[in-house]
Amino acid sequence: MSAVLEVQGLSKSFGGVQAVDDVSFTVEPGEFLALIGPNGAGKTTCFNMLNGYLRPDAGSVKLRGQELIGTPPRKIWRMGVGRTFQITETFLSMTVRENVQMALISHHRRIYDIFSRATRLYVDEANALLDLVSMRDQSARPCSELAYGDLKRLELAIALAHRPALLLMDEPTAGMAPSERIALMALTAGIVEREGVSVVFTEHDMDVVFAHAHRILVLNRGMLIAEGSGAEIRANPTVQEVYLGGGTVFQKEADHA
Amino acid sequence: MGFYLAQLLTGLANASSLFLIASGLSIIFGVTRIVNFAHGSFYMVGAYMSYTLVTLWSGSILGYWGGVILAAAAVGLIGLVIEMTILRRIYRAPELFQLVATFGVVLIFQDLTQAVWGAEDLLGPRAPGLDSAVRIFGEPIPEYDLALIAIGPAVLLAIWLVFHRTRWGVLVRAATQDREMVGALGVNQAWLFSAAFVLGAFLAGLGGALQIPREAVSLQMDLSIIGEAFVVVVIGGMGSVTGAFVAAVLISVLNAFAILIFPQVSIVLPFVVMAVVLIVRPYGLFGKPGSEHGAPVEPEQPLTLMGQKGLMVMIAAVFVLALSPLAVADFTTILLVDVMVATLFAVSLHFMMGVGGMVSFGHAAYFGVGAYAAAMGVKYFGLGMVPSMALAPFCAAAAALFFGWFCVRLSGVYLAMLTLAAAQILWGVTFQWQDFTGGDDGILGVWPAQWASSDRVYFYIAFVLCIGGIWLLRRAAHSPFGYTLRGVRDSRTRAEAIGVDTRFHQWMGFTLAGTLAGLAGVVFAFSKGSVFPDTLGIALSIDGLIMVLLGGIHALAGPIYGAVAFVMIEDWVTRLDYWRFIFGAIILVVVLLAPDGIAGGVHRLVRMIRGGKA
Ligand SMILES: Nc1ncnc2c1ncn2[C@@H]1O[C@H](COP(=O)(O)OP(=O)(O)O)[C@@H](O)[C@H]1O
Ligand SMILES: [Mg+2]
Repeated sequence: MSAVLEVQGLSKSFGGVQAVDDVSFTVEPGEFLALIGPNGAGKTTCFNMLNGYLRPDAGSVKLRGQELIGTPPRKIWRMGVGRTFQITETFLSMTVRENVQMALISHHRRIYDIFSRATRLYVDEANALLDLVSMRDQSARPCSELAYGDLKRLELAIALAHRPALLLMDEPTAGMAPSERIALMALTAGIVEREGVSVVFTEHDMDVVFAHAHRILVLNRGMLIAEGSGAEIRANPTVQEVYLGGGTVFQKEADHA
Repeated sequence: MGFYLAQLLTGLANASSLFLIASGLSIIFGVTRIVNFAHGSFYMVGAYMSYTLVTLWSGSILGYWGGVILAAAAVGLIGLVIEMTILRRIYRAPELFQLVATFGVVLIFQDLTQAVWGAEDLLGPRAPGLDSAVRIFGEPIPEYDLALIAIGPAVLLAIWLVFHRTRWGVLVRAATQDREMVGALGVNQAWLFSAAFVLGAFLAGLGGALQIPREAVSLQMDLSIIGEAFVVVVIGGMGSVTGAFVAAVLISVLNAFAILIFPQVSIVLPFVVMAVVLIVRPYGLFGKPGSEHGAPVEPEQPLTLMGQKGLMVMIAAVFVLALSPLAVADFTTILLVDVMVATLFAVSLHFMMGVGGMVSFGHAAYFGVGAYAAAMGVKYFGLGMVPSMALAPFCAAAAALFFGWFCVRLSGVYLAMLTLAAAQILWGVTFQWQDFTGGDDGILGVWPAQWASSDRVYFYIAFVLCIGGIWLLRRAAHSPFGYTLRGVRDSRTRAEAIGVDTRFHQWMGFTLAGTLAGLAGVVFAFSKGSVFPDTLGIALSIDGLIMVLLGGIHALAGPIYGAVAFVMIEDWVTRLDYWRFIFGAIILVVVLLAPDGIAGGVHRLVRMIRGGKA
């Protein structure tokens, strides 16, 4: 089967900083791909270019053969790419369920509907999505009251609403307790398995990465320095250099960049 | 040749005055993020103080300049008092609160100034030693203008030195660029803010004090200067003193020459320039991204659909309103029409600001376009009442569509300023275009059709249109369209990430709000029988903001309470002497003591009653 996403020669610099430097990789259908690297390696910048928030200086991003560069995020979303953010982005003045309903309303192309009651639309679908991330019991709470870890899970439910073919998750477990992390990623792995969605995620917790990722890409100072299975990455001397030599060690605690 | 040079010099002298006031406004905004409407009052009070002092010590050069400086210093002191008693409490409040609070200060100062100096315009003495004109290329140039031309750059240089050579100045610049950093440095923020405010007030006072040989001192000075001062600050980039200087020169010199070609242009020119600059450079000439927002606002509570009890109360209220003309006197019926018009206007403004997160300082523009379109429909095109009523909201929609397209490209204070510019441009055109709009004389004789001419019948027309409009907006707020608008307000990034064209959506929200403001204007025009340029004016836009604030911005019912309370209070208070003072004081009380407005109070009351029963 052909790749879901093909990234070729992606580059971006901010002023003098080369944030992403000639990065190329592919994502296969149903693949659970980890993108790791120390803080400031360029992971978020990479994501932002994949789904249209940033325009790269050079390179190409193809979704099932279709070029994405120059397409705004909202259109890329409609083409089947979901996104969660390192620093959560939710609608704080709505309830948990309404946040999911909004994604569903947009998916069903009803955002210009001016007469229906938004809060009564797609309730069952929203509940099902909340069940998926075990947030159903909090569905009526204002989003602004949620703990950070719960916000992350909510973001996952929102991102799944339009049944994406590809999901980009930027540090989905940052700010969660270790047990929560394992649970969330096991859940995500389950979704990958069942729905055949491809996931690219960044993560600082190496236990999580090694436990679930099918394949790992290592980014350092904007450059892709290694690629392979968990075992290969662990054995890779360059990676050990970056992580061990750099003193960051295979971080347990993700410090938010 | 000489003539053009004289024009240029006049322009530069005006630029100096404008720069003095604008630089203070910009410094205050840069440090405290407050859009200070009261800055015009500082300017006015500076002029009055200096009038008194200079007249007292008339004749001597030392007396004149001593009087000017002392007046400015006194204004600085007034600024300190206001900062410590009022503004210090609202630094973390949303822009709307700050704007309305400083407007309350404006009202209070208008009455205080009138109480001290009287309502008559005062003509100050000329500056000793600078009271004649010199001839340059044969043209007479007032010596005082030349002095002003020198004072502007001198003050700029002084501010530059203070900002770059003193520790305090360095902190002020740091605070302007990154406020959290200053907090982290452990600097005494309160002191820094007060000092910046005093400096800003001093500069405004100085601007006013220096003005007395050039124009009569009057009670209109505050509001006549503030619009232009805002424009200069925005063009220069909010927080940038150098920007304010460049913008002041740009505006004043352009104006000095433009009036030669097209004398009527001076009212709208600054706003046109501002609109153009903002479209090309969204943060002004010297501004930086990130300067457009004040303190982060606390998230709102989720909306809830009205429960059965609430619905019954509301239906009962509408029913009582519908029957009221049968029970009350005619003048009360007319007052009720005013209430309904104000309510629709406030609800439409709230839809844009509360739901859409787009603060508008110029919402009256669309109200006015609706009113004028209706008036012109019957007077010039002979359309009759019903067709005019049907058509006019579409004219308001067209205006909102046009200006909204530009406005939604900006956010925060810059967006608000562009809405103000749009309103001022429309107001200026209406005011100046005598042949088409009747100019200052307005359009008279805009009466309803024969069958609708009784107060009672017209009440029911107004009832259907206004209640219908309010119902529509409320429905829209609960709809996917309204929710999406709130989503864009909460997080543009998330909205974009679920497929929303955020700008387009805001544009449509802007237009919907403008259209219904236009509908309110239509009802207004026929109820008054005439329209005047002030239906598009700043004062009405601010009335709308006060209504929204009074009612409570965070509740859909807020603008309804606010508008009703506003019209009632206004109806009662304007009969009193010093009503501005009373009104300003009411505003300050609400802002400082009850920031969630009447809706918040009602909410607490309902909870208390429920709690009491349970
Ligand atoms: N908007 C921006 N402007 C300037 N520099 C940026 C911007 N975004 C990221 N950078 C820089 O690019 C580099 C990569 O950042 P980022 O992609 O956030 O890394 P990561 O997500 O791997 O921690 C860092 O050096 C960061 O400082
Ligand atoms: Mg990152």
